[in-house]
Amino acid sequence: MYQYDEFDSRLVKERAEQFRRQVQRRLNGELTEDQFKPLRLMNGLYLQLHAYMLRVNVPYGVLSSRQMRKLADIARRYDRGYGHFTTRQNIQYNWIQLEQVPDLLNELADVEMHAIQSSGNCIRNVTSDQYAGVAADEIEDPRIWCEIIRQWSTLHPEFSYLPRKFKIAVTGSPNDRAAVQVHDIGLRMHRNAAGEPGFEVIVGGGQGRTPHIGKTIREWLEPEHLLSYLEAILRVYNLDGRRDNMFKARIKILVHQIGTDKFRQLVEAEWAAIRDSELQLPQAEIDRIAAHFAPRDYPQRNDAGDLLAEQASQNAAFGAWLKANVAEHKTPGYAIANISLKSLTAPPGDITAEQMDVAADLADEYSYGEIRVNHRQNLVLPDVAQEQLFELWEKLAANGLGTANIGHVSDIIACPGLDYCSLANARSIPIAQEINARFQEMDRVHEIGKVSINVSGCMNACGHHHVGNIGILGVDKKGKEFYQFTLGGSSGRDAALGERTGRGFPAAEAVDAVENILNTYVELRAADEDFLETYRRVGMQPFQEALYGTA
Amino acid sequence: MAQILIANSLAHGFVVFLTAENNWSGDIRQAAVAADDAAAAALLEAAQAAEAGDQVIDPYLVEVTVNGAGPEPIEYREYIRAFGPGVPPPSRQNSS
Amino acid sequence: MGLLKNGQAVADSYTDVSEHEVIGDTVAGAIIVSLQQWQEHRDALLERSAPLGIVLRSNEKPELIRSDLSHFAVIALDFPTFRDGRAYSHARMLRERFGYQGELRAVGEVLLEQLHYMQRVGFNSFAIASDAALRDWETAAADMSVWYQPGADERATAVELRHKVG
Repeated sequence: MYQYDEFDSRLVKERAEQFRRQVQRRLNGELTEDQFKPLRLMNGLYLQLHAYMLRVNVPYGVLSSRQMRKLADIARRYDRGYGHFTTRQNIQYNWIQLEQVPDLLNELADVEMHAIQSSGNCIRNVTSDQYAGVAADEIEDPRIWCEIIRQWSTLHPEFSYLPRKFKIAVTGSPNDRAAVQVHDIGLRMHRNAAGEPGFEVIVGGGQGRTPHIGKTIREWLEPEHLLSYLEAILRVYNLDGRRDNMFKARIKILVHQIGTDKFRQLVEAEWAAIRDSELQLPQAEIDRIAAHFAPRDYPQRNDAGDLLAEQASQNAAFGAWLKANVAEHKTPGYAIANISLKSLTAPPGDITAEQMDVAADLADEYSYGEIRVNHRQNLVLPDVAQEQLFELWEKLAANGLGTANIGHVSDIIACPGLDYCSLANARSIPIAQEINARFQEMDRVHEIGKVSINVSGCMNACGHHHVGNIGILGVDKKGKEFYQFTLGGSSGRDAALGERTGRGFPAAEAVDAVENILNTYVELRAADEDFLETYRRVGMQPFQEALYGTA
Repeated sequence: MAQILIANSLAHGFVVFLTAENNWSGDIRQAAVAADDAAAAALLEAAQAAEAGDQVIDPYLVEVTVNGAGPEPIEYREYIRAFGPGVPPPSRQNSS
Repeated sequence: MGLLKNGQAVADSYTDVSEHEVIGDTVAGAIIVSLQQWQEHRDALLERSAPLGIVLRSNEKPELIRSDLSHFAVIALDFPTFRDGRAYSHARMLRERFGYQGELRAVGEVLLEQLHYMQRVGFNSFAIASDAALRDWETAAADMSVWYQPGADERATAVELRHKVG
């Protein structure tokens, strides 16, 4: 993974000290809350329902074991012993004290981490495929370009006061695990006929109260022009994005209002003026960064499929975990192991400091000291020898980290909701936990198969409900929590926004509704169809009949 | 309708309540309860002074019922603010 | 109101008449006019012998004065609130694309915390609420010493420093 050089290190140190002075100026009254708020937000510090919440970036979801141990240490010493992994590959601490934030940021800087631009109307943490660099289906490693984007976007002098927040995601695989079509900019890597890598540029996707699937404005962009093209998009947005109404200020609204063609013309005209500027990356810099992501020198191993099959036949729990949580690695004899943070005893994405230490230790022992965070709020050990999967699983299971549900009904995305968030209208975590409790019978979970359930506690859609196969949106109706359902959403290659089923359900009936939807699917599915395939074939009507009866 | 005044402390951020002695407490049972609008306005005025003095942020009045255990916010959001998240923090026990 | 120029507190020799109904001869010496005043009274303004400046609001793109740049000794770009970041782009356009070399002044809600961004996009003077805290401004200007992006100033980027020959 990328290692800071003297410049990167100095920047995060200086930034922490700058924030120390800003906090001091706030505490002694030189800055008003109105002036301070954007400054603390640009260092990831929100004021939530109960306390300040600090969001720390995990750039493109890559963590070292050392960094994970520091996150555990921070959870213990500055917070209440736990943290929450988000849908943007970040970690949030819920009980942070303003006075202590400068020291905390300084400690993060020691392990090459920061909270810069994890909030605010600026370019946020760049996200990517949690399997980057190891996925069997990968065309090109996106991490190199993510790191280049991370540096370019950090403290960008021109784009730190945009109309609204700005999110960029990159995938190097055709099987999109980074939800690039629902980002302000999505970059999808391809190879051309000559075998050279390049980017397809997608803009104007997003969720929130006005969801849009992004539009491709350029089919092919040579990598050396990546930054000039991004800069052209950002400049058009900075100048022409709406600033009169924060609900219409995202780039998706601009693209929608002026049209994709007009937007493309503006970007291309701007790009023509800057494409050959200093923004063109020298090959030496691309090479320097790429060297940090050079493929590992894996000891040669044979495929251990037979061993795994035998272990699975002897231990059904391991078999279930192997089937749900282990993904194909590009190197024979190796595997990608997912760690579910969706057990019954934790809110989705929550993890205790002790579990963070366990994950770090297991990464050291089994996965070259590296951990990934994915946008579905789980962790990944990317480089595990197949023959060590069984003992890895035993240790995970002993620490509450062995839940075998990745991609299944209880692997639910949920925002913090009204239990923590000051924007929420309804609770998300209890709904997720009740669904999880209803589907504890693993045979039944695996019988239902692949399905994504995403829960948001308000229309800002942090729980990605628009792109859940089953989306659940909590709303407040005259002081009571109601849950509206959407079906058919997807954040993958075939990205789609879910369709509303009809009227919402009170909290007490929401889980029954989920079960009803899933039973309907199981009845209707043909052969090996997963939920989304069945929904796309049969449409909304049978589900509406199941939920609301025939008229 | 009885009201109390809720805010966040500037320095540590935690939820605090304005007390009868014009101090701030993290314990809702210490909160001064305003029985009428005039009393509530006085609480708000005191809190805004504390806000201007950079002690607290975002002070506002919350409607409560008062029982033997002390004031309880009526609105669910404010109830959660006063008493903490309705779900327990994560634990390491495995359930499955 | 104070003025910080090239790192020094200086007296502002310009009178901002951009809000005045009539410019006429009521104000002597150097003035700063609005875009509308410039467009309506161009000839009269050019006849004055004193230095001329113009202020652009954040919704007025600098393309509108592109061919007139040689007439302005000062271009002021307005931040109606510090949250309105359009002037950052306008400043870079003026410096990098249109080659404007005169004084580029940040006016409006200009805060210490945004100083280094403003310097990097090409501003070299800053209308600040008070020059009493000048020392704070000097500190703020030195807050950050590493920059990843090319800008309109002379600072070398991290990429350049990494691959510097010799």
